[in-house]
Amino acid sequence: MISLSKRQVLPMNNFWMILSQSYINKFKTKAFIVTTLLIAVVIIAAANMEQIFSYFDDEEKETKIAVIDKTGTMYEPFKAQLAVIADDLIAVQTDKTENELKDEVEKGTYKGYLLLDRTADELPAATYKAENIANSETTSDIQQALQTLKTMEVAGKFQLTNEQIQMWNAPAAFETVALAKNAKSEEELMQAQALVYILLFFIYMSVIMYANMIASEVAIEKSSRVMEILISSVSPVKQMFAKIIGIGLLGLTQMGIWIAFAYVALSNQSEGSIVSLMGLKSVSASMMVYAVVLFILGYFLYATIAALLGSLVSRLEDVQQMMMPLTFLVMIGFFISMYGLSNPESTFITVTSYIPFFTPMIMFVRIGLLSIPLWEVALGFGILLAAIFVFGVIGARIYKGGVLMYGKSNSLKDMKKALEMSKDN
Amino acid sequence: MLILENVTKKFNEFTAVNELSLQIPEQELFGFLGANGAGKTTTFRMILGILQANEGTIRWNGQPVNYKTSPLIGYLPEERGLYPKMKVKEQIVYLARLRGMDKKEAAAETDSWLERFNVPDYAGKKVEELSKGNQQKIQFIASVVHKPQLLILDEPFSGLDPVNVELLKQAVIQLKESGSTIVFSSHRMEHVEELCENLCIMHHGRPVVHGGLREIKRSFGKKNVAVQADFDVSFLQDIPGVLRSRKTAEGILLQIAKEETSQHLFSALQGKGFVTKFELEEPSLNDIFIEKAGASYE
Repeated sequence: MISLSKRQVLPMNNFWMILSQSYINKFKTKAFIVTTLLIAVVIIAAANMEQIFSYFDDEEKETKIAVIDKTGTMYEPFKAQLAVIADDLIAVQTDKTENELKDEVEKGTYKGYLLLDRTADELPAATYKAENIANSETTSDIQQALQTLKTMEVAGKFQLTNEQIQMWNAPAAFETVALAKNAKSEEELMQAQALVYILLFFIYMSVIMYANMIASEVAIEKSSRVMEILISSVSPVKQMFAKIIGIGLLGLTQMGIWIAFAYVALSNQSEGSIVSLMGLKSVSASMMVYAVVLFILGYFLYATIAALLGSLVSRLEDVQQMMMPLTFLVMIGFFISMYGLSNPESTFITVTSYIPFFTPMIMFVRIGLLSIPLWEVALGFGILLAAIFVFGVIGARIYKGGVLMYGKSNSLKDMKKALEMSKDN
Repeated sequence: MLILENVTKKFNEFTAVNELSLQIPEQELFGFLGANGAGKTTTFRMILGILQANEGTIRWNGQPVNYKTSPLIGYLPEERGLYPKMKVKEQIVYLARLRGMDKKEAAAETDSWLERFNVPDYAGKKVEELSKGNQQKIQFIASVVHKPQLLILDEPFSGLDPVNVELLKQAVIQLKESGSTIVFSSHRMEHVEELCENLCIMHHGRPVVHGGLREIKRSFGKKNVAVQADFDVSFLQDIPGVLRSRKTAEGILLQIAKEETSQHLFSALQGKGFVTKFELEEPSLNDIFIEKAGASYE
């Protein structure tokens, strides 16, 4: 006679079991490892963008343009100016006709050709013709060289000294100063924008990614029918939250890895590189904390909703369709906060930052770009927490009924059915 | 003892289970029968505490059934369910641990079950790589590995070949002998007849037959007469007392209301020719099921 089960399960035990199961199982998947490493590579690449670009630039050949000088005197000074402005852009004088040049351009000998002439006022004028004029860098270099040439000629007519020319060209000093205390200086603001943009994108991406992960986890358990065994062992509500926290920790792990990569990549940057100019080397700790906290809160809100949506579908294929409204919500929030990046003070942004679905992103924009009073931040967080609680309670009830429902229809109308199913009376 | 008292479950207007009362003593192998939609799975789900009854109580050894009692209970759902991508042993151990079993003990127990079902090499395979029949063995192991006191088996033998049916049957019998109480449902009446002393047939959420197999058959009253002869015996179906008849490959099977009718049938055959078989049979559970639950299987 074998001894029969006399065990007792401590309530927290199987909560941790499910939590670590969903964490470890996902952590081990190829998809997770590949995504994590791929993004890490992208981060490193982005941090070293300049070096990568310049590496490719060196490889590139010099660009030649043909010049037909109708005046006979403009070519030399123009060539000299152009050499100062762009050292990889070479002007070559030619006697060929326009038709001949067209062929040469087609063959690729020249990128384009320039007709130098003078206007009725004896001022330099030019026409640039090329296969396409999409490369604004070449045209703007030519234009700049021409402009300088004109300035010098005019200055010569007035017999200005070089010093006078410099004074003539010097830009007017213009600075902006914010009067509010803790307000960000212009430079800080630019840096903050860049940082907020990057973090926003991470919040946006990871909320969508992890909410989808939760929903498909639930749908897999449901469609493989292992759910019925699970809910006969562990209460659905406990399961749902264990899973949400497990996947949430997975998300934090992934973000942690990325942040570590970013930190290493950035701290190897030399002074004066784009990255350090954008202020990314001096990310303030408080911004990082806000980003992480808002990611966690945003994740919880969207994950509870994703779990309840996942509990309503019977087949894995239907998850995407079910998640559509949620994905749209995140996208709307993201686009509003993009607008908020340039208009952080508008009423629209202020109002939407209190709508819990948008708070994680839009409030972050306001925190990052403005110096808003603490109570506003607290209010936004409070509303968000309240929303998480409400959706947690509703989500748990729908989940409880939803996991037992199998059928063809996968509409939101099933929520009512699921709620009825979970009634204890 | 598992006691259900006046258990009723309604989904909106639809009554899935209607005032069901059952008493299943410990160490019993209890058959729970019924047509599709008769309320079997709903009853099982209520016993497991997944669904709450609208009325009535369910107790296992005096305790209400809930998540505290889940380590004592094992469940094989009708719709089989395992993680397709998870390895067999890992999966069984995980599910056993969720029911409160120690990790080492669960691993040892899993190995011995896999050995017993002649599939020890499957321990490291993913479930989706296994055949349906083998998946079912794994499912069965997952429901019994934590040595439950009460075991609920919803259609345990469906989809298995005869060899594996026998293997599972022996396992079920042994579990019962080692002290488990087992409630199982099946559409295969011969399995129920073979395994169960007591059973219950559900129809539209109510038990229409309930008790020991022998008493049920006795109180059913009707019996079967099988006749085989080298002449046409279909005229027998017109004899008063014959309720229904069915042609078989070599003769006819008649259902009669009373035992005495068999004697009328026997005398009617005299002098007609050579009779190779005349047998008075107990009613099969299948007959009883068809009559009481009004539906046929096979």
